[in-house]
Amino acid sequence: MAEYQNLFTRVQVSAPHYHGVPHTGGGIWGRHGSGGVSHLLGRLGDAQIGPVYLGTLGLASLLSGLLAFEIIGLNMWASVGWSPLQFIRQLAWLALEPPAPGYGLTIPPLKDGGWWLMAGFFLTLSVMLWWARTYRLARKLEMGTHVAWAFAAAIWLFLVLGFIRPVLMGSWSEAVPFGIFPHLDWTSAFSLRYGNLLYNPFHALSIVFLYGSVLLFAMHAGTILAVSRFGGEREVEQTLDRGTAAERAALFWRWTMGFNATMESIHRWAWWCAVLCMITGGIGILLTGTVVDNWYLWAVKHGVAPTYPQSFPTVVDPALVPGVTP
Amino acid sequence: MIRATRLLVVLALSSALLAGCSKSGVESVQNGYRGTGMATLYDKDRVAAQYAASQLPAVSPAAPGEGPTAGQIYQNVKVLDDLSAAEFARVMLSITEWVVPKDAPPEQAACNYCHSANLADDSKYQKVVARKMLQMTRDINSKWQTHVASTGVTCYTCHRGNAVPAYAWFKDPGPGHQSGIIATRAGQNTPSLAAGLTSLPYDPFTPFLLNDEPIRVEGKSIGGDANRSSIKQAEWTYSLMVHMSESLGVNCAYCHNTRAWSDWSQSTPQRVTAWHGIRMARELNNQYMVPLTETFPANRLGVTGDVAKVNCSTCHQGVYKPMFGASLAKDYPELRGRKATPAATPPVAAVP
Repeated sequence: MAEYQNLFTRVQVSAPHYHGVPHTGGGIWGRHGSGGVSHLLGRLGDAQIGPVYLGTLGLASLLSGLLAFEIIGLNMWASVGWSPLQFIRQLAWLALEPPAPGYGLTIPPLKDGGWWLMAGFFLTLSVMLWWARTYRLARKLEMGTHVAWAFAAAIWLFLVLGFIRPVLMGSWSEAVPFGIFPHLDWTSAFSLRYGNLLYNPFHALSIVFLYGSVLLFAMHAGTILAVSRFGGEREVEQTLDRGTAAERAALFWRWTMGFNATMESIHRWAWWCAVLCMITGGIGILLTGTVVDNWYLWAVKHGVAPTYPQSFPTVVDPALVPGVTP
Repeated sequence: MIRATRLLVVLALSSALLAGCSKSGVESVQNGYRGTGMATLYDKDRVAAQYAASQLPAVSPAAPGEGPTAGQIYQNVKVLDDLSAAEFARVMLSITEWVVPKDAPPEQAACNYCHSANLADDSKYQKVVARKMLQMTRDINSKWQTHVASTGVTCYTCHRGNAVPAYAWFKDPGPGHQSGIIATRAGQNTPSLAAGLTSLPYDPFTPFLLNDEPIRVEGKSIGGDANRSSIKQAEWTYSLMVHMSESLGVNCAYCHNTRAWSDWSQSTPQRVTAWHGIRMARELNNQYMVPLTETFPANRLGVTGDVAKVNCSTCHQGVYKPMFGASLAKDYPELRGRKATPAATPPVAAVP
C-alpha cells in the first residue's frame, strides 16, 4: 500500500509541549494543565492533549447540559423501575415525552411534560452557552468567528424544532421527544401528519446541501491527500504561493469537469454547503403546519408531483359512500 | 495478489451477512403504476411456512336440511334453531373439531367442553360464549361481506384448534413503574408488541378497535388551520397501521401509494376492504366480546379485567387473506346466516 494512502497521520512531531499563543482580553480563567502526549490519538490528530481552557461559559454550559442529561436519563431509568439491566436493554426505546396537545403552551405538571420542558430549557441553555464560548474563544485568539456562525446554523434548526415552531403552533406537543427510537418515530409521524415532507422544497434543499457537503468533503479531502506527496496539505502556503500541489489539484479538476475551486474557495464552498443545510432545513420545518398543512397537495398545486395513470378500478373513500356501515 | 484475496474475503463476508436476512429471498410483486414504487414484498420462507400452517381441516359431509328444526327438537337452542337436526349435529361436531383442545381432560373433552350432562343446561361459561360466537359468525358472514366477501369465516378462521384464538388482544396498561413525579410514557416508548416492536404506542386497539377515535390525521387542504390533529395523534394511527401491516404480512404499499397516504384515488382496492375491516373489528368487539366480560372467569380476562378482543391478527394471523383465501365457510351454509324462514302463509302474487 502506497504511503500516501495511509488511514492514519504519517508524521508525529516529537517536541516540547506547546502552550499556545497568549489570548487577549484577560478573564479570570487561565489554561489548565501543561498538556500530555498520546501516541494513539496522535495517529488520528494532534498527539498533544491539553492544556484546556474551560472558562465561565464552558463551565456553565457543561453544568446545564449535565442537568438536562440527568433529567432525561433519570426519567428514562425510572420508567423501567430503576432496573439497570432493563435500562440498557430498552435504552433505544425509552424517552422523555413532550406534554400532550391539551396543555398547549402552558406549563404542565412535572410528570406530564414538565420534566420535558425543563430538560429542553437546560439543553437549550447549554447549547447557547457553548455557542457563546466558541464565539468568545475565537475572538480571544483573534480568529474569525466562522465556527460559531456555522454552529449557530445548527442551533437554528434545533430551536425551530424544539421551540420556535411549537410556539407558533401553540402547543409544546408539536416538539420532538428526547429518545433514540422515539425521535425517529416522531420524524416519521411528522411527515405522515403533514402530507409527506419529501415534497417540502426546503427539505429538498436541505438534503441537497447535506449530500453536497458530503460530496465536497470527499472531493476536497481526496484531492489534498492525493497531492500531499507534493506538499498539498500546506494549503495556506499553496493559496498564496501556488506550488505544484495546487497546480496539479487544480488541473485534475479542470480536466475532470472544466472548472475548479482554489485552495481558498473550496473552504468557502464547504462552509456554505454545511451551513445552508441547516438554514434551509429550519425554514422547511418552520413552514410545516404553520403555513403548509399538506406538502403533497402543495406539490400538486405547483406542478411538482406528477399524476399517474389509473391502475386500479376507481377507489373512493368508503366513508363518503351512502349506505355503508360506518 | 494478497490485496485481491483480501478484497474477495471482504466481499464474501459481506454477502454472507446479507444472506442472513431470508434464505430463499424476498419476492417483489408490482401492484401500482410503474415508477410509484408500489410493490408488495413477500418473504418466501415466511410465506411457505404460513401456507403449510394454513391448510383447511377436512370438511364433514353435508347434512340434509329437511325435517323438524333443532329449535323444535331440542331445548334452549337460541341461535341455530333454524337448522335441521342433522345440520345442527354437523355444526356441533365441527365446532368440537375446530375449537376443543385435543388434549383436554375427560371432564372437558369433546362435548363436555361446553355441555354438562343436561345438554340444554347453560351452566358452563363456554357454552354461553360459544352461543355468542355462533351469532357473531353468522353476523360476519351475512352483514360484513364488504370485508369477508363470499369467502366468509368459520370458527376455524380464528380458533385453528385452540379453545382461545392464538391472536386476541387485551388492554395494555404498559410496563408500569410510573408514580409520583416520574414522567409518564404517554402510552409509548417501550418495545410495542402491537406495533412490530417499535417505540410507537403499545395499545392502538383501545382507541381505534374498541372506541371510535379519529384515525385520519392528514389535512385535506394546503393551508389553513382546519386540521387540528397533532403529531402525537399521527403516532397512534401509525401504530395501528404497523399492526395491520404485521397482521397481514404486507408492506404499506399493499394499500397505499406512500406519496399521498390519505388519498383514496391513489390507493388500492385493498384499502377499502381494510377500512371495512377496522369497522368490523370495532363492532365485533363492542357487540359480541365486551358483553361477554361478565361471562368469562377471571383467568380468561386481561390484566385490567377486560375481555379478549379481536384485531386484524385474530383472523389474518400474518397472511393477507386468512388461510390464503381458502373458504371453509362455503361448505358450511349453516354458519352463513339464518335460513330464510318458510313463510307461514303462501306469498301473495305480485300485482302487475
